[in-house]
Amino acid sequence: MNSETTATVSDGRPSTIELVNRTLKKRYAAERRFRLYGLCSVAAAIIFLVWLLGSIVLSGLPAFQKTFIQLDITFDPDVLDISDPEDSGQLRTANYEGLVKEALKARFPDVKGRSDRRSLYSLVSDGAVYRLNDMLRNNPDLLNTAQSLWLVADDDVDVYFKEGAGDGGRLNEKQLSWLNVLVESGDVDQRFNWTLLTAGDSREPELAGIRGALVGSFYTLLVTLLLSFPIGVAASVYLEEFAPRNKWTDLIEVNINNLAAVPSIVFGLLGLAVFINFFGLPRSAPLVGGLVLTLMTLPTIVIAGRAAIKSVPPSIRQAALGIGASKMQTVTHHVLPLALPGMLTGTIIGMARALGETAPLLMIGMVAFIVDIPDGFLAPATALPVQIFLWADSPERGFAALTSAAIMVLLVFLVSMNLLAVLLRKRFERRW
Amino acid sequence: MQVSTLFLVIAGLVLFAYQLGLRRAIAVAGGPAKQRSLHSLPSYYGLWAAFWCGLPACVILLLWVVCQDAIITRLVVSGLPEQYAGLSSAEMTLVINDIKNLATGNIVSSQTNPAMEAAAAHYVSLRQTGRTILSVVVILIVFAGMLLVWRQINPGLRARNRVESVIKTFLLLCSVIAILATVGIVLSVLFESIRFFGMVPITEFLFGLNWSPQIAIRPDQQASSGAFGAVPLFTGTLLISAIAMLVAVPIGLMSAIYLAEYAHRKVRAVAKPLLEVLAGIPTVVYGVFAALMVAPFIRDLGESVGLSVASESALAAGLVMGIMIIPFVSSLSDDVINAVPQSLRDGAYALGATRSETIKQVVIPAALPGIVGGVLLAISRAVGETMIVVMAAGLAANLTANPLEAVTTVTVQIVTLLVGDQEFDSAKTLAAFALGLVLFVVTLCLNVIALHVVRRYREQYE
Repeated sequence: MNSETTATVSDGRPSTIELVNRTLKKRYAAERRFRLYGLCSVAAAIIFLVWLLGSIVLSGLPAFQKTFIQLDITFDPDVLDISDPEDSGQLRTANYEGLVKEALKARFPDVKGRSDRRSLYSLVSDGAVYRLNDMLRNNPDLLNTAQSLWLVADDDVDVYFKEGAGDGGRLNEKQLSWLNVLVESGDVDQRFNWTLLTAGDSREPELAGIRGALVGSFYTLLVTLLLSFPIGVAASVYLEEFAPRNKWTDLIEVNINNLAAVPSIVFGLLGLAVFINFFGLPRSAPLVGGLVLTLMTLPTIVIAGRAAIKSVPPSIRQAALGIGASKMQTVTHHVLPLALPGMLTGTIIGMARALGETAPLLMIGMVAFIVDIPDGFLAPATALPVQIFLWADSPERGFAALTSAAIMVLLVFLVSMNLLAVLLRKRFERRW
Repeated sequence: MQVSTLFLVIAGLVLFAYQLGLRRAIAVAGGPAKQRSLHSLPSYYGLWAAFWCGLPACVILLLWVVCQDAIITRLVVSGLPEQYAGLSSAEMTLVINDIKNLATGNIVSSQTNPAMEAAAAHYVSLRQTGRTILSVVVILIVFAGMLLVWRQINPGLRARNRVESVIKTFLLLCSVIAILATVGIVLSVLFESIRFFGMVPITEFLFGLNWSPQIAIRPDQQASSGAFGAVPLFTGTLLISAIAMLVAVPIGLMSAIYLAEYAHRKVRAVAKPLLEVLAGIPTVVYGVFAALMVAPFIRDLGESVGLSVASESALAAGLVMGIMIIPFVSSLSDDVINAVPQSLRDGAYALGATRSETIKQVVIPAALPGIVGGVLLAISRAVGETMIVVMAAGLAANLTANPLEAVTTVTVQIVTLLVGDQEFDSAKTLAAFALGLVLFVVTLCLNVIALHVVRRYREQYE
């Protein structure tokens, strides 16, 4: 072997270096190809990410603006059908729709015929009526005065102005011509859509907001946090510091690892069967949602907590034990404070995951159409990701933008929670 | 007293008991100067007193909150006049709801009659009495605990050991919750499944080729046979998961290799967190992305080359699910690739292998068990994933292997069967639990095998 590998051609067989050189080009090409595959994979993953985030932001940004139409509204008691301005009942049930109609009629006096009138009236959203109602009830002095007001336009008008559709979408020729008149006189404007952040859900895209879902998510996460943090910390302390090494401890460990990988929808089935059917808790309640999400986040917190406790060096425990502290005192006075930042980081990450979780909440009925802002742990509520799911299923075009806008809000929350976790880790991370 | 006020009162009394125990301990020791004659620090006596006052009271309070509704409802029902005795359980629920609404002053669905008004009054009075009894009992228990501890406390009482064993028991209980959750899942899914298999034979469920869970209301109704053959759901799940794995495994594995073996430190520092961002995006967002952006894109693409693509094609759902799983595969593979000892690589380089040859012939074979484990975990993720398929896959069961057609999956059917109104004695609702059982068992097996494989591999190099 030795003579053949080094010698040049002596017996007609090629030398090793020739053998190597013969295939070297091919091998280097393969090397470059392989490297390129790797680069392409990373690039593909990043392109997917950019495509996803980009398309969401592009379709969601318009939802933060809303089209308003300026009209001269006269609070005419005859139109409103108010005889006694002091009577709050009359103020509440008065004919505010009539005010909007009168204003539109005055603006376009040559519109005749019932169907034309109706399509004229449909340019302004029902939300305008609620706003006039609120205005007059808060300030009855407005009666008999004329106001120039910016009123919310209908979602079809909104979509038309945002997408600039040539065919006018669901608007007809006449409606487009009236809108052109309004645009030319400067009576159409795009303004920031406060409704999105302050209102509950609605069947009308221009009146729908995410506040109800946000509050529902808040209550749900509060329950999750209050239960999963103490239980998770206690469980990880027990498993790491006190548990004897035996079958039972192994069983608990295997259980926790498996729970972390059970599909979330199965937790929803558990919530439905146990919390709702067996214990009789109400459907759609943040309390039940919180309980289900607690079981889901518990493994995350326990695993993070155990890692944090493990990273506290044994010398600290030995020092405490050496000066006469009991095992429990060692843990509560020394180990826990040192492990707490790590546990908090794990908890925040678990909470972020719980905030984005949808499937188990569908199972326990947090998917209902709920207009009111929930006011407690047992009130019917929905959550932000479920709201996104509901809007994504809605046929109206206006909801498509709202869906993306709600996703943007959800992502902002998730990013800030994860940033908080990263900061916490950076700030308190200790190397021993 | 409201339960919340009662809770506050207990909290106040517990604080008081703590102080009382602490003072009492110092007093029996003979003043602050002689504290050393106590077995434990005075605060442990305080804690012991607080435990005795608070724990039994809280347990009773909790039991009451959980059980009160069932007990009171049963009492009210038994007090109803005879005309209600023969009602079915569904009608009974309606009546009970009416009574509760009457009692709380809400709008009632049916006409009220004197019997129901009496029942509502009965309900209100029972609630009142129940609360009064609860308040009295709980406060008595608190004071009994206080008295007991007051008499127990003496310098020889091993308060610290007792307090610590109570805390330890609490810690143990908390870690047992994990077992309870698993048992809860198994029992809840299993019981309903057994009821389901009482109505539909298990062989039909597992091997039947026809799935249409709508049950006919009229005998002559079309397309509502109530067939529960789940094979189309299993194949649909497999199809979508397979597409997802075809996307996720090559991209995930190759990016892990690139980032671990080739990439410059700076590139790695940027690209790795970006990949992890993909893992942090909620699944509902992927669902929106699949349904509103990717599915129309694929449909238009297919139409431009003359293919007819369903708007809820398996391809769109599988592709997006694959994107979701990329970071999962890549981070798990990254871990195992980094765990392969450098000496193996150095050996290969010394023999003249190029980097890619080293990776293909040394690193990957060495890391293979870990990679396989990671892929198994990823498959279990794909099988159990819900929101993407609920939003982007079809609803109708369709036995096909064509990725351009719409198929449905196990998770989609669970959601469609359980969202909305349910009655818990119909095969339709119970079928969802049987599907849940299948899902749980399959993912559990995949996880156990995967963890086993990963663990055995790790032992080799550590």
